[in-house]
Formats: sequence, structure tokens, C-alpha cells
Amino acid sequence: MDDKIRKVSIIISKGGLEGVYPGLIMANGARMEGIEANLFFTFFGVATVGNPGMHMPSLLGILPGFSAMATSMMKKTMDKIDIPPVPEFVEMIADAGGKFYACKATVDMFKLKKEDFCAQVDSIINVGKFYEIAAGGEIIFT
Amino acid sequence: MAQKQYGPATVEVDAEGYMTDFSQWTREVAAAIAREEGIAELTPAHWKVVEYIQRDFKENGQVPSIRKLNKSGVISTKELYELFPGGPAKKAAKISGMKKPEGCV
Repeated sequence: MDDKIRKVSIIISKGGLEGVYPGLIMANGARMEGIEANLFFTFFGVATVGNPGMHMPSLLGILPGFSAMATSMMKKTMDKIDIPPVPEFVEMIADAGGKFYACKATVDMFKLKKEDFCAQVDSIINVGKFYEIAAGGEIIFT
Repeated sequence: MAQKQYGPATVEVDAEGYMTDFSQWTREVAAAIAREEGIAELTPAHWKVVEYIQRDFKENGQVPSIRKLNKSGVISTKELYELFPGGPAKKAAKISGMKKPEGCV
């Protein structure tokens, strides 16, 4: 056996720009290297894969929006180096074969439903199922 | 600088096998690199990608990203991953005679 990484399961637990992008970039980068990639969204991270209007409280009592987090200058720079806006990035990773899951505990806590999530989300799973899916690979928590 | 033999052609390559002198690129060399990368045959869809990458590099001096390939309407991300399994950006660049893509996305 060589020591090549074959599978990563990335947990995205935070909302906002710096909470979301690192995990998305790592998942996309994994697929670009032929590595299997799973993304598991929990706590405020679930807003990443929420439909517009998904009702999520945040610690500051405002809706956790990505647009509010990035200045227009930053957005332009990101676009230039081909880091897409979040919804496009989610679509890109899904098209690349990455798999998306939402956390059951978060869904219960914020009273969310499957319909609150974008089409790329495969299912709402509990921790046990996450470990089952992640078995045999690396787990990255962000 | 290493050299590689593809049929009758000798080409200059870097340590990872990416061509360093595009003037040595031919369709036959491309097909031979593709076979090394596990792609038995280059189809018209593959060639469309290869030709776009070469054209875009000529214009912008950069290997286009997967996102750019998708947005330009050349090929969807899904198809690109199907055509070049296990590393579409790197494999397509290698077959096109380009250097290894440096970006993170």
C-alpha cells in the first residue's frame, strides 16, 4: 500500500466566508486529484447548503449571509482567481463527484427540513452515518 | 532536463512528465501521453478540450481552470471529470503539452 490519500470527509461547522471556503476549496482540490470527497455540514455551516431564505439564527442574531462577509473588492479578486461564489462552488464540487450531507442534530435544533437544502445535498445524516461514510479515509474538521 | 520517447518523437519533459517545449507537441504525442494517463483513446470531445486549453494558453499565458472550461461552454465540469478521470485539470494540461496547473481551484 502506498501512502496516497484516497478519501477525505470534511466537516464544515462554521458559517461566514472564512468558515466555509477552506472546506470547499479542500473538497474541490481533493476531487481534482482524484480523491473521493464527502462534505458534512453542521451548526452554522449548514447555511452553506441552505436554500435562500433558510431560517438560521446566528450568534449575532442576524442571518449568516456570505455576501455580507466579502467586500466587493474581495469578491472580484476571488472571481479572478476562479474561486466561485458559494452556490456555484457547491454545484461545481457536486459536478466533480463530491458528496454533500447535512447534520441531523443541526436540522433538529433549527427545525429545518430536507426542502430547506439545495439539490446537491444527498441526505440528512446522523453522526454514526457520517463515520460510516468516512470509514477508511481522512476526516478534516473546519 | 529529462527526455521522453513517444514512438518516433523525443520530447523534453519536467520531473513529473509535463512537456517543457510546446513546439515538440503533436497529436501523436498527445495520444501517447493520454494512454500513459489511462485514457485509451482521445475522442472528439477530448480534442475539443485540448484545443481550447492550447488556444487559451496562447491568449492568456495560463492553463484555463476547470471553472473557465465550464463557463466558456467548452465542456461541463461533469463531462470533464468523465473524460479525464482521476485528475481532469492535470491530465488535460499534460495531454495538451502544457505545464502543470498551479492554482488551487
